[in-house]
Amino acid sequence: MRLLTHNMLSSNIKGVVNGFPLRIEAEKVAEKSVEMNREFLKKMFQKVHWKAFVDASRAMGYTELPEKADSSMLNSDEFLNRFHHALLELHLEEGALVCPETGRRFPVNKGIPNMLLPQEEVLLSIIIC
Amino acid sequence: MWYLCVFFHRLLDYRKPEVESLAQLFGAIEDPRNDDLPFQLQWKLPPNYHTDSPFHFVNLPSEQLAHDIAARSILVKGMYELWGEGSSYEELKESVLSYPDERKLPYLDSDSTFKITVDGFGKVISLEEQKELIQGLSYIPFKGRVKLKNPDHNFWLIEVDNYGGNNGLPPIVQKRIFFGREVGGADRKLIPTYQLKSRNYLGPTAMDAEMAFLMANQALATSGKLVYDPFVGTGSVLVAAAHFGAMTMGADIDIRVVRDGRGPDCNVWSNFKQYGLPMPVGLLRADNNLPPWRSTLKEVFDAIICDPPYGVRAGGRKSGGRKLLRGAVEPYTVPDDKRTDHIPSTAPYSLVECVHDLLDLAAKMLVMGGRLVFFYPVLREDDFAEDHFPEHPCFKLISLSEQILSSRYSRVLLTMVKTGPYTEEIAEVARIRHIEFKENHVKWLEDGNLHSAVFSPADGHLTEAGDPKLIKDPKPKYRGKYV
Repeated sequence: MRLLTHNMLSSNIKGVVNGFPLRIEAEKVAEKSVEMNREFLKKMFQKVHWKAFVDASRAMGYTELPEKADSSMLNSDEFLNRFHHALLELHLEEGALVCPETGRRFPVNKGIPNMLLPQEEVLLSIIIC
Repeated sequence: MWYLCVFFHRLLDYRKPEVESLAQLFGAIEDPRNDDLPFQLQWKLPPNYHTDSPFHFVNLPSEQLAHDIAARSILVKGMYELWGEGSSYEELKESVLSYPDERKLPYLDSDSTFKITVDGFGKVISLEEQKELIQGLSYIPFKGRVKLKNPDHNFWLIEVDNYGGNNGLPPIVQKRIFFGREVGGADRKLIPTYQLKSRNYLGPTAMDAEMAFLMANQALATSGKLVYDPFVGTGSVLVAAAHFGAMTMGADIDIRVVRDGRGPDCNVWSNFKQYGLPMPVGLLRADNNLPPWRSTLKEVFDAIICDPPYGVRAGGRKSGGRKLLRGAVEPYTVPDDKRTDHIPSTAPYSLVECVHDLLDLAAKMLVMGGRLVFFYPVLREDDFAEDHFPEHPCFKLISLSEQILSSRYSRVLLTMVKTGPYTEEIAEVARIRHIEFKENHVKWLEDGNLHSAVFSPADGHLTEAGDPKLIKDPKPKYRGKYV
């Protein structure tokens, strides 16, 4: 799982108000180089929740991202390289994503986050509805 | 300028929509967002031709565009600048001679190389005849050198004869001959390269390569775009989108399919690696019925392409066991020590609910002007009418292409464009509907049971009625859509 995916995901347990961001428990992190696509990065920059993204990159052991960012920084190659690296080249291979409110763990195995809920939470959502 | 557009004689319903999509991708048609006019290219047919014939004329603003469309398409055999046409070789000669010299001479130059191909539709032309026909073109002042491999200019002489009733088309009235210069043609080599039989990891519902490319074209997949498939399976639809340069993301409810596959070199990742394509930017296990996206995230995908599980080849599943949703059992609480390996039960997912969830997800997550491309099943007993198809206030249906699968049912590829924003009201209506589905789960499953409609034995009363013709051939003779 790359940090782009992490930045999009949230704990979808009904009743949870703040299911985002999911805390990363990293057991195995891999780096795989990917060709850079500037147009794509610029588009994704508008969609990324920056604070959650910086925190996630730190949980993965990458500390080169600035605390705050704005779109003018996209003109800097240095920034773009770092953004690209953190967004698409860091992979969480094994570990878990933890719901910030309930502490429920969504496991990540072989790079695939399992966002499915166990039964009691599905039922909970039925009752609440 | 009008170009002769010759299609392959297959997937008839898919041909014009593909050209129109590609025309938009390459910038010939305005983005349909801000105008209500149907955005279509101008088409016309040779005199007395049926619309399912492979021969069409299309009006395009430039030769470059005609080339780009043809080169990226799957179903365009060739785009030609027509130099002449007629119902006999005499008429053709007259027509070619009257075509302006300034359009012809630049391609007949002595520095250039050329080739003439003779092709027939509905007839076979022997080599001797071909030679004669080419020699018959001596009234055109070719100065260049003949070169059979990669010539500068490709000329085509295409003869269409009355092909009778054998190829599924209504007969044409008279023979027609076209002569033109090729501007571009499809790269059909893609199809054998990507054919499923050489794919490492396959599932029972993997999309065949030709159709997957058509879907990617309908979705305008290209470099810099993010394409999502919520029913990714073995990734067969995303492979096509990735081939055209798009970033891909996929989800599936079956963890074994997305995570494990059939081993280290036989899984979704290896299907991309096999063709040297970039890996999907994300694969996850999620339920389309309870999407895992953060609530503030919207308008992030440029296209959503999928073949939803509608219960004929493979049934859809959603979270929650069958008995649980019916209220027959108490919820099962997973003991803490088994939590990590627990695979939650899933329940069958009815087609209506599945499509509702898909449209809701797409309405929220697609960028404005983004496309939703998906298959929708149709029982052929029903009269084929547009009002059968799902609708959504955020979307405009721009094309529907039927592919007949059996005498009982077809699938229709729907292409929708997001034309309106996802508002609070729309979200609220969707939420209420979502609850309705939950409460009437069993009823929806029974109503939407396509599997039994497709596979149940033929109706008894028909046989009793004793009209063998009615039973044997309830459909009209014309079978164009079977090709």
